[in-house]
Amino acid sequence: MSTGPTPRSGLTRRPGLGRLRAVGTPLHLACLGFVALVVLAALLAPWAAPDDPNAVDLGNALAGPSADHPLGVDAAGRDTLSRLLLGARTSLLGPLGVVVFSTVAGVLVGLVAGWRGGWLDSVLSRSTELVFAFPGMLLAILIVSVQGEGLLAPVLALAIAYLPYVSRLTRSLVLAERTRPYVSAYLVQGHSAAQICLRHVLPNIAPIVLAQSTINFGYALMDLAGLSFLGLGVPALTPDWGRMVFDGQTAIQHGYPLSAILPCLLIVLTVVAFNVVGERWADRVARRAA
Amino acid sequence: MPEPVLDVRNLCRSFGTVRAVDDVSFTLPAGGSLGIVGESGSGKTTTARIVVGLDRADAGEVLVGGRAGTGRARGRTERLARAREVQMVFQDPYLSLDPRTSVEAVLRETLRLHVPGTDHARRIRELLDQVGLGGRAAEALPRQLSGGQRQRVAIARALAVQPAVLVLDEAVAALDVSVQAQVLNLLADIRERTGVGYLFITHDLGVVRCVTDEVVVMRHGRIVESGPTAQVLDDPQHAYTRLLLESVPRPGWDPDRIAAARRALEERPAGRPAP
Amino acid sequence: MKTADRTEEPANALDVRGLRLRLPGTARPVLDGVDLTVAPRETVALVGESGSGKTLTSRTALGLLPPGATAEGRVLVDGEDVLTMGPDRLRALRTGRAAMVFQDPRAAVNPLRRIGDFLTEGVRLGGRTDAAEADRRAVELLDAVGLGPELLRRYPGQLSGGMLQRVMIAAALMGDPALLLADEPTTALDVTSQAEVIALLDRLRERFGTGLLFVTHDLGLAAAISDRVHVMYAGRIVESGPAEELFRRPRHPYTAALLAATPRLDAPPGRLAAIDGQPPDLRLELTGCAFAARCRYATELCREQAPAAHPVACHHPLEGSRADA
Repeated sequence: MSTGPTPRSGLTRRPGLGRLRAVGTPLHLACLGFVALVVLAALLAPWAAPDDPNAVDLGNALAGPSADHPLGVDAAGRDTLSRLLLGARTSLLGPLGVVVFSTVAGVLVGLVAGWRGGWLDSVLSRSTELVFAFPGMLLAILIVSVQGEGLLAPVLALAIAYLPYVSRLTRSLVLAERTRPYVSAYLVQGHSAAQICLRHVLPNIAPIVLAQSTINFGYALMDLAGLSFLGLGVPALTPDWGRMVFDGQTAIQHGYPLSAILPCLLIVLTVVAFNVVGERWADRVARRAA
Repeated sequence: MPEPVLDVRNLCRSFGTVRAVDDVSFTLPAGGSLGIVGESGSGKTTTARIVVGLDRADAGEVLVGGRAGTGRARGRTERLARAREVQMVFQDPYLSLDPRTSVEAVLRETLRLHVPGTDHARRIRELLDQVGLGGRAAEALPRQLSGGQRQRVAIARALAVQPAVLVLDEAVAALDVSVQAQVLNLLADIRERTGVGYLFITHDLGVVRCVTDEVVVMRHGRIVESGPTAQVLDDPQHAYTRLLLESVPRPGWDPDRIAAARRALEERPAGRPAP
Repeated sequence: MKTADRTEEPANALDVRGLRLRLPGTARPVLDGVDLTVAPRETVALVGESGSGKTLTSRTALGLLPPGATAEGRVLVDGEDVLTMGPDRLRALRTGRAAMVFQDPRAAVNPLRRIGDFLTEGVRLGGRTDAAEADRRAVELLDAVGLGPELLRRYPGQLSGGMLQRVMIAAALMGDPALLLADEPTTALDVTSQAEVIALLDRLRERFGTGLLFVTHDLGLAAAISDRVHVMYAGRIVESGPAEELFRRPRHPYTAALLAATPRLDAPPGRLAAIDGQPPDLRLELTGCAFAARCRYATELCREQAPAAHPVACHHPLEGSRADA
């Protein structure tokens, strides 16, 4: 785990991926374009998909690319392109849920801990650190095995696992921000603590927190895809990239790798794209703050 | 003698084993100007923070306009009442304004909080005018302004609620000499016009001579000397005050002798009155 | 005055000739023809307000140019031009012949390293001395700044600001520099510790034969400690002269106005003679004298033609005793 370039942006980055930000503008633009493309695909999937993603055409199973099926057909005879397009929906919606929940809850916890300090800070910080110590994937597997199939359980589990990243960052930012004289100035003016937090502290720290959340999005996507690959979470018939990799295993064994490799490629590219965009954003925010 | 607008009595505040403020008392007459002089660690800033309610005192009281107001204000009414009595201008004009809030929004926020439902646009123009900022500055963000202009905004913000006392914590220390003179003159004009009282926290004896009627010299949390500014500066009684005065550089200045005087003073037990 | 040739007579510690520095996005040079010399054992003060270019000038002597800057002219440190040096030579210069003491000692030192490491780091990395020799020199210099050898094991957080600044001075002297640059070295300190640091700088300059360029915004301080003073305004040196003389009888209207605007102990209370307006914007082209817009003596000539630099960059220098501008 490495920290950001300045003390103001204590962003948590996994090693390796963080180094990508050293690369120049063309990569950033390409990634931004790719993110836009994936999001657009997910939004327009029902109209853009050429086939029903669950329509089985066993006669054509494991066929290569053709005019009917531009990216081929999987072992169960389903159109790969359609499944990829519709799979983008679940594959993006899951991480989105993780990020939204972990950001909102994490900011709240971090804000209260950083602003109030004292025993409340100790309680909140220690309990989020407890979550840190527990692997997020394990937590997710645990919840899913109790809860059964469904997207909600893994999303919730991962959201809890990602919460400490956001709350810790928010807490350190709030601690730094509240020592600034402008906060004292507002207190002397008679504004209430809640008003100052909402109107001044939050907007000032928001860009850094949102940059962290963008980076988290990539990681959450990878984790959820991993869960789907293990057969946990997403119900069997729902098109999902992680699930597609799992389903494609047999196809690879038969020498037709396309239906497994394409979703793999999409997962990797999307994660990298979100990371590059997030890192770049974080760097720009850090530079402006410095 | 007019009723004091600010009456500080036997203020004490400790941080751990350090007595940051130790039995400090002074009064500020209405419309007066009192300087608190000292070095870092003298307790002058802690005293100021207690007076404006950013910190609480372990013992002693702060009376503003005859009413007690020690410690943090509880509840909205008390908070607003305190804010209308004492306001503060901070040292660093680069950090004392929210970087995302425009000049006009800063003033509007305060006015909305304290005098809701009136014509703020006119009052904002009035305030900007009072601190010598044109209407064009109203839309500017802090980073588009110079240090001197930002400090004027901070002063306008403090004056918006028409306080009885304005605490200025090293308010001109970060400014360039030529800008500092402009702001000091502005502060003198404002006091003349509005009758607001100043509590001037500073380390600069030149500034004290220029803008205060009375002065309190603090060291290690205690007051070592106080009195009318001219008297204290022209005929200092305490060795520490003399050291402070001699430390101001001027041609023919002998740093070796001052360094020796400082060491001699350090070796003497703190707080013991000097001959 | 002769220009310092590398072979003739002992070189000046610092010799700046016609230094002109341009930054991207500005309409005029930020430094516009700065001439300045510091002889060995001499203290020269560079006085100006923020944005006048005094800090830029002193940093240029260490080859520390802002990103994108282009420099013309010559900046000779101990006889060698800094502006033409490669990275290796520059590094050698910074660990050896030129050193700087910064304004805020806390910001200039790594809080996690011991004082001993901090002091010896530069010379050890320079590769000219071994660890034992470096430690010996560190102890000797700590003694010279009035601190004991036990400090080597301490951390910066355990020292007061004044003590830390003395450590910084010792660190600056580790490479036995010919030129010491002090950029507002007492501004972050208390008034009474200021004297101590100044006295120390003065003693060490005498003892080690170092030339001292003292950068400050405080005319009183400059006059108190230096042999000669240069006053800078908007990237130009507007007045130069012996400290006492300049303080008692300023000839440039800016110097006079600066003195009049300073709250002083020996002046009566009341309004100060503030200088109206602000220094000229770097994004605007300058014709004529940079101070003309704020000067009460300015004439048509001042606005059209820049005055020559020496010794007073003014078309209408003040005469007589203490002019109150």
